[in-house]
Amino acid sequence: MPQYANIAVSILFDGLAYAMFLFITSVGLSVTMGLMNFVNLAHGAFAMAGGYLVVTLTRSLGVPFIPSLIVAAVVVGAVSVVFERLLYRRLYRATDLEQVLLTIGLAFMAIATYTYFYGPIPKSVPLPRWLEGDVNLGFRTFPSYRAFLIVVGFLLIAVLWYGFERTNIGAKIRAAVDNRRMAQSVGINVDRLFTLIFALGSGLAALGGGLAIQLLGLNPSFAVIYLVLFLLVVAVGGLGSLKGTLLAALVLGIFDTAGKYLFADAGGFFIYAITVLVLLVKPAGFYGRE
Amino acid sequence: MAVSETMNAPEASNGSPLSAHEGAPESARERAAQYVVSRHRFRPAEALPWLLAIAAYFIFPDRMTFGSQVAIMIMFALSLDLILGYAGIVTLGHAAFFGIGAYTVALMVVRFGWTEPISGLFAAAILTGIFGFVLGWFTLRYRGLTLIMLTLATAIMLQEAGNLRSDITGGYDGLPGLTFKPLFGIFNYDLYGHAYYLYAMAALAIVFVLVRRIVYSPFGQALTGIRENVRRMHAIGSPVHRRLVTVYTISAAIAGVAGALFTQTNAYVTLTVFDFDNSAKVMVMLILGGTGRLYGAFVGAVVYLILEDDLSKFSPTFWQFGIGLLLVLTVLFAPRGLLGLIENAAAYLSKRFKS
Amino acid sequence: MRILRWLGLATLALTVGGTAQAETVKIGVVLPFSGANADLGHQIDKAFDLYVKLHAKDILPNKVEIIKRDEGPPTGAKAKTTATELITNDKVKILTGFVFSPSAIALAPVVTQAKVPSIIANAGTAWITNLSPYIVRLSFSMWDPAYPMGAYAYKNVGCKTAAVAYTDFPPGKDSVEAFKTGFEKAGGKITLSIPMGSPVQVPDFTPFLQRVKDAHPDCLYAFVPSGAHATGIMKAYGELGLRKAGIKLIGPMDLIPDNKLQDMGDAAIGTIVMGHYAVDLDSPANKAFKAEWHKAYGPDSYPDFMSAAGWDTMHAIFDTINKLHGNLSDGMKVVNALKGWSADGPRGHVMIDPATRDIVQDEHALEVYRKPDGKLGERILSTTKAVKDECKVLKLGRCGS
Repeated sequence: MPQYANIAVSILFDGLAYAMFLFITSVGLSVTMGLMNFVNLAHGAFAMAGGYLVVTLTRSLGVPFIPSLIVAAVVVGAVSVVFERLLYRRLYRATDLEQVLLTIGLAFMAIATYTYFYGPIPKSVPLPRWLEGDVNLGFRTFPSYRAFLIVVGFLLIAVLWYGFERTNIGAKIRAAVDNRRMAQSVGINVDRLFTLIFALGSGLAALGGGLAIQLLGLNPSFAVIYLVLFLLVVAVGGLGSLKGTLLAALVLGIFDTAGKYLFADAGGFFIYAITVLVLLVKPAGFYGRE
Repeated sequence: MAVSETMNAPEASNGSPLSAHEGAPESARERAAQYVVSRHRFRPAEALPWLLAIAAYFIFPDRMTFGSQVAIMIMFALSLDLILGYAGIVTLGHAAFFGIGAYTVALMVVRFGWTEPISGLFAAAILTGIFGFVLGWFTLRYRGLTLIMLTLATAIMLQEAGNLRSDITGGYDGLPGLTFKPLFGIFNYDLYGHAYYLYAMAALAIVFVLVRRIVYSPFGQALTGIRENVRRMHAIGSPVHRRLVTVYTISAAIAGVAGALFTQTNAYVTLTVFDFDNSAKVMVMLILGGTGRLYGAFVGAVVYLILEDDLSKFSPTFWQFGIGLLLVLTVLFAPRGLLGLIENAAAYLSKRFKS
Repeated sequence: MRILRWLGLATLALTVGGTAQAETVKIGVVLPFSGANADLGHQIDKAFDLYVKLHAKDILPNKVEIIKRDEGPPTGAKAKTTATELITNDKVKILTGFVFSPSAIALAPVVTQAKVPSIIANAGTAWITNLSPYIVRLSFSMWDPAYPMGAYAYKNVGCKTAAVAYTDFPPGKDSVEAFKTGFEKAGGKITLSIPMGSPVQVPDFTPFLQRVKDAHPDCLYAFVPSGAHATGIMKAYGELGLRKAGIKLIGPMDLIPDNKLQDMGDAAIGTIVMGHYAVDLDSPANKAFKAEWHKAYGPDSYPDFMSAAGWDTMHAIFDTINKLHGNLSDGMKVVNALKGWSADGPRGHVMIDPATRDIVQDEHALEVYRKPDGKLGERILSTTKAVKDECKVLKLGRCGS
């Protein structure tokens, strides 16, 4: 392949894989913030919890990687419901600041707890053979794990799209995001809906966390270090929008990868510069409202 | 002024308005002015934090280096209270101003050999204020998550830029060995940090008086109005954007002074002054103490830093858990911060004593 | 007559008993015990504790009292306050620890003013020892492994051209500059230099390494913080098939931290690093060190170069206590006692250069291979003896001040 085409393909591929990770981990935060106007900065902690659960399942209990991911997502999703019912529910009408404070406090507690139980040393996860190495697609080879990420991402997008656009529940959710009062007045139980969404979002975050171990490593500070990244995706995409989160993840992921490849010196700038540019032009993000 | 239109003149029991003989102000406007003036007056309880600060000097003479850092953080938190507590602007990029102030002083020493400390503070205030003005002008048109991300992204980009030109900034190893002329030609830096504690406290006192005047002035009232109901402020023709940019500029300048003091007391600065951690920490301190009441900055910063110092000696993991728990409890049970708790206790006690 | 004799004996006994006073030497240990870098702090702390436990009897009747404090984040401010208070409140005679260079840098004016020796157990920025006559370093300078690697790569690894990639902060820049100086001096050419993001977040290394792959150098010299970054870059190196593409991976020992090596898998095999310590070093001192380590911390815990430095640091402190008979109140005497100190530690022979107060140690070229028992290990290819910090020798930049 000619050199520049090769580079373009590399950037697209790597960027896409990174974007999938961003999407999977951030979509829950976007929908949560959009639907219930609740700023959940503990979202990163849920992702981290998922990661650590995958580590325990694969290393201590010998569960294979892919089932561990699913189990971790389900477990964290279920546990998040407890948090939602006991704690978050009280603060739906509170100010943004109070929500920020509460969830940051929870994040700190999570970090300390995980440091205590797992230690501060970064963990890795044993991958099945077919995820290590690379896969040959004819015109060139690609790292298998990243290809896997892209496939998982597409699958999830398909499932989520179908769920949101084609099912009853999806319609209810969209109605509630669009106009909560109206939705309530036609008899939709928004509270229950929100619990469901919250669990789904946290579960997805946990999945993202599990997938991230191979990509970025896992240590107890994961919860806050990558939080900024998720917030960027959510802000650029627009609160409460699946399409927006996806587009933002793609734009930020690919531009970040391109920037690091082409301008390694200033590569880190791209993701922030793009955020600023988008927000100045479209303050509510790509598909946000108002 | 909208206020005068809605207030009714008080009536005496016989139905006629109170006459001037009774000492009551003629019009509602004068009443309003008197209200604003009376808020200006210092209440006796306000002397407490300053007395404590001076007492600390004598009771804990060996913790004065720590004391200077507390004073600096209080100043930083105060600057945030101006915009967060009074104007209602939520920002996660305040460390940018702290950093600019810190580096102004450092670069003055390294590039121009200018080591006079007090003029350094002024230079930092001016430079940071200019930056705050420009940034505020562009970003304060937005609110909510948009504003948060804009300010956050700016602070991070500033840090990255600093790393790009680490030939100037020293990068993450920073600019070491900054020495400063003695304060007023007499008081020099010493190991125990005594002179610098008093210096930091004096700067804090001056800044505080300034902030207090701003907050209790009509300008301050307008800010509160913006925070409470920005639509109405627009509706009555209040120049909202201009007011916000003004307070943001002042807040930036103060944060810059805090940063400058940081460099002077540490004789060293690195790019970590721009860290997101710094912005988050000061916000936590302020909210912990209580926003919108100035003294919340004092309470929050002192409690946070002392807890951090003590608990992390005991066990750093414990500290992190402890501060997280404290935050959660504060939100659930003390929504107006620790200062709110103190105020509630004081109100409760004074009621007990009255009855 | 008898009374006089008794009196004389009693006086003699009292005098002799009086001079054999037992001193408790207070040592302030400043290490990161919390936050993202806590594992680095723990590696050194474990070594300190182990040495003290095993060798407390060597300094009897004197004792040490270790006061531990959190170094905080790499901003320097917390370390400075902490260390200042250790000096003024706890009255320590020696400060030690310091994982982060900014901490040691921030401390320099304090220790000069207080005349308390600061004995660095990790921080690697080359010019730190120039900042104060009270700073002594037992760990390393970034130049120690990187500079010899330059010549070695050219002459022995077959690297005529090299790409350098580094995490964008001072240790990365220093390491790469040191490598470049040595490499170019030997005749090599650097074809590409890539900063790889900040030390705080582990980035996705793929774009950086893809660029290296597309540039086809003979070798890639990489510096990343020891820890999650190292695992990350090794994984990316493997996934992108750089070794198959003919690009050898070289670097300082930070690239293959001993406690993460096993996780790195096949991708690491064939990596050549220059380091002053490897767990597999075959000396009697290291064997004994490892045995004691496993006994104390379990078979799955491994010491690494930071632990080795910590061990030697405490060794040097203990030897100084003995040399000065427990009286460490004169800081300059302590520093002078440390100048020229040498011993055979887990790293091999180490010495403190009297002129620079910095460490002089052997650097080994190590290659990663799979041992017969299936685990990954490192074998020594060659050893450069008594390496000094070349930055100060050449007086480059801040090293010359």
